[in-house]
Amino acid sequence: MARAALMDFDEALERFEPVIGLEVHVELNTKTKMFSSAPNPANDEFHGAEPNTLVAPVDMGLPGSLPAVNGTAVRYSISLGLALGCGIAPSSRFARKNYFYPDLGKNYQISQYDEPIAFEGSVEVELENGRTFEVAIERAHMEEDAGKLTHVGSTGRIHGAEYSLVDYNRAGVPLVEIVTKPIVGAGADAPALARAYVATIRDIVLSLGISEARMERGNLRCDANVSLRPKGQERFGTRTETKNVNSMRSVERAVRYEIQRQAAILADGGTITQETRHWHEDTGTTSPGRPKSDADDYRYFPEPDLLPVEPDPAVIEELRAALPEPPAARRRRLKAEWGFTDLEFQDVANGGLLNEVAATVEAGATPAAARKWWTGELTRIANAQGADAAGLAEPAHVAELAALVDEGTLTDRLARQVLEGVIAGEGSPREIVDTRGLAVVSDDGALIAAIDQALAAQPDVLAKIRDGKVQAAGAVIGAVMKAMQGKADAARVRELVLERAAADN
Amino acid sequence: MSDLIRLSAADLAAKLASGEVSSVEATKAHLDRIAAVDGAVHAFLHVNAEALETAADVDRRRAAGEELGPLAGVPIAVKDVLVTKGMPSTSGSRILEGWIPPYDATPVRKVREAGMVPLGKTNMDEFAMGSSTEHSAYGPTHNPWDLDRIPGGSGGGSAAAVAAFEAPLALGSDTGGSIRQPAHVTGTVGTKPTYGGVSRYGSIALASSLDQIGPVSRTVLDAALLHDVIAGHDPHDQTSIPDAWPSMAEAVRRADVSGLRIGVVKELDSDGFQAGVRQRFHESLELLAANGAEIVEVSAPNFEYAIAAYYLILPAEASSNLAKFDSVRFGLRVVPEGGGTVEEVMAATREAGFGPEVKRRIILGTYALSAGYYDAYYGSAQKVRTLVQQDFDAAFAKVDVLATPTAPTTAFKLGEKLHDPLSMYLNDVATIPANLAGVPGISVPAGLAPEDGLPVGIQFLAPAREDARLYNVGGALEALLVDRWGGPLLAQAPDLSTHELMATEEGVV
Repeated sequence: MARAALMDFDEALERFEPVIGLEVHVELNTKTKMFSSAPNPANDEFHGAEPNTLVAPVDMGLPGSLPAVNGTAVRYSISLGLALGCGIAPSSRFARKNYFYPDLGKNYQISQYDEPIAFEGSVEVELENGRTFEVAIERAHMEEDAGKLTHVGSTGRIHGAEYSLVDYNRAGVPLVEIVTKPIVGAGADAPALARAYVATIRDIVLSLGISEARMERGNLRCDANVSLRPKGQERFGTRTETKNVNSMRSVERAVRYEIQRQAAILADGGTITQETRHWHEDTGTTSPGRPKSDADDYRYFPEPDLLPVEPDPAVIEELRAALPEPPAARRRRLKAEWGFTDLEFQDVANGGLLNEVAATVEAGATPAAARKWWTGELTRIANAQGADAAGLAEPAHVAELAALVDEGTLTDRLARQVLEGVIAGEGSPREIVDTRGLAVVSDDGALIAAIDQALAAQPDVLAKIRDGKVQAAGAVIGAVMKAMQGKADAARVRELVLERAAADN
Repeated sequence: MSDLIRLSAADLAAKLASGEVSSVEATKAHLDRIAAVDGAVHAFLHVNAEALETAADVDRRRAAGEELGPLAGVPIAVKDVLVTKGMPSTSGSRILEGWIPPYDATPVRKVREAGMVPLGKTNMDEFAMGSSTEHSAYGPTHNPWDLDRIPGGSGGGSAAAVAAFEAPLALGSDTGGSIRQPAHVTGTVGTKPTYGGVSRYGSIALASSLDQIGPVSRTVLDAALLHDVIAGHDPHDQTSIPDAWPSMAEAVRRADVSGLRIGVVKELDSDGFQAGVRQRFHESLELLAANGAEIVEVSAPNFEYAIAAYYLILPAEASSNLAKFDSVRFGLRVVPEGGGTVEEVMAATREAGFGPEVKRRIILGTYALSAGYYDAYYGSAQKVRTLVQQDFDAAFAKVDVLATPTAPTTAFKLGEKLHDPLSMYLNDVATIPANLAGVPGISVPAGLAPEDGLPVGIQFLAPAREDARLYNVGGALEALLVDRWGGPLLAQAPDLSTHELMATEEGVV
């Protein structure tokens, strides 16, 4: 496959206006599946099960089996719809989307077509540069996930595979698909907006507790539609749909890549093919999937095995009342409460550490200390490990660590050692202080003994101090700190050194 | 032994309860009967090897003093459309040959829990598509009244099994008449309950919005007793009705038609029906009138569009329901010569595994659902469906039940309509409206047509959830007719097993 020609991004934005549309699939973390009583692998408790062990007759499409709607999945979907500012349909319906594919046991997917459960909403999205956008939501609808194919052969792809294995564990996992309206006006921010939008959806589903929201597991998947139109043109250009982009960073890169690729084609007088495209994480490129036209015929018709979904209005109001604070509003509130500067706050937010800092503050740390630990030492260690700082340590432990420094039990240096123990799972900071014996030695008697020993060993230094060359004390302080294995407060040691030097006089 | 097989299920149950007969004896008698006559009738696709063991278990439980249901120990035949754990379930299709389901359909589970003894699986038109059982991939079933004639369809196997005394009861499924029309041509009783009255879980779906499982029997009381066993809400079927049901058996026992308003649908009382069919229909109505019923003519002007609408809705749903038969997870797999892609294997399997009628309907349904045709076909058919429902509503505002002949003719000859699908489809003209509207219907024997001596049924229809009215009027008519005939209609059926006859001196034709 020839590598596509790309136009410089800035040039592309000068000549064209990008229009993007995002479809995010959220796997709900209900105990059981959308239409069966089989355990749901998108729930942490059941993640990673052996292939084809989490299946009921309906997930395999066995003859005679019937779907039954999971009430919790419906309530989660309503909550999500409400959090997206959507209206909730008093009556919505499932439909069958008919197509043959071996990962689809029934050879139709039960989805919602012309009557989605939630419609017409909007989400406030804040970019890393602080700019905010209102993204209009067209709809959010319920559907079931398909199984998973593993193509066995040299390529790992369907073409050239010797055979393929099907795992139906994922078949029937409850999904909500959130579809935006076309997003115009983002200009050069379009890639960053796409990323920030997905991050916002992730924040929302996490705050609702309705999904594990791990993109690397496919709990959250994004399809990015991108088209370009010459500046000043009203009509949208032909779009491509890049499927299943599985990290925030890739969402941004994929949109950026498509803008550059399409711009090069259009500038060259070419036309864009309406198609799905695959994202390649390794090369950072997209390649053609199957042609997609608006006339794709899935022979939708209302699912006759299921009744319309008609939620009790009182339940909708209960769920509305229980909604957590919207992410954007929460950010504004926290920034004010914590008294952070724009930069300090972005440091936390862009590091994905908002929840951690908030929880650490909740556990008693000052906002400054919480920020310092999370964006400092924890982020450094995470980067070194190639992991996320969030999740590296319990916020309560970080707060306890900050308290130990505050009360003088630990120096910053000792605290970093304790943190290593916390990350290694050795227990709470206080437990580690005890087991490792890392507390600052505040017993003056022990310090004085060490100081006297050091002074005796370095009579020249003692003489210098007595001569008023106070800075010479550093050598003694260093020796004492070494003798105390660092577990002393250097300022106190300095005081005592000067005291002892004078006393011996 | 043959006196046991001629007992009604209710009478057999009484003998079982009193200890006069064991379930093993009753089951053995029916298995013997199957062995003797099913070579000629071909009602069964599979005979349950564990039937006697199940019967012995029920006998043990009874001996231990366990409280058992009213039909405990009574054998039953199960239409092959219902999945049965440990027993093949083909729905009459080659594509499911050899598949053993890992679970029981809810009606089968209920029958087992009631202590009934499944005798085996009965023949049917492939995926319940047909009115003659000739579309079975495993060969046709023969009508016990005349082995050269069809037993009706799609549930010809269940009706023939009951008519031939191979089973006292059977389960059927009715999508457009597949319980009632076979009852009509075999002199038996069959009920299509209210849509949602009986769980469809485990019924291999033909058309989900039309399918309904129901009882097949020789007497109205027997149908009611079985109806009581299988009815009720099932969380596995969200279209099943959550309400509790009154006892249908009670409705039969208290049958009384005085003051009952019976509507005769004038559009279904026309020249299009065989003379003998209409004659027996009107005699039945006269008998009911003489016993206090009020006969009223009603009109259902939209019934004439019902078949057209049905033959769009059914194939549309069926085309989707039958997509799962793709060889990937179960059933037949045909690999093209030299191997092939999964799509090629799916296509080859479906080409080899489906019969011509199934293919015809899949193609029809796929077309009707296609973009650009949906509104004209499926959409319009749904509108007709609403109109048919409105006709029922208007009629039931005036009368308690409706009456029609169950089907236009008596049993036709095997092969007669096999290559004329349209005339085959017309068999269901009187039964289809009930499926479109979701209302219940019953077919009860009304006599033999004078011109050919073959059975004729009368159909009663009631408003949704009023199934008990069918058992009331059906039970009353049956009692009056049996009095007139001096015994059940099936006593007039030819016997099938001369060998068994000689041994028992019974069953004079």
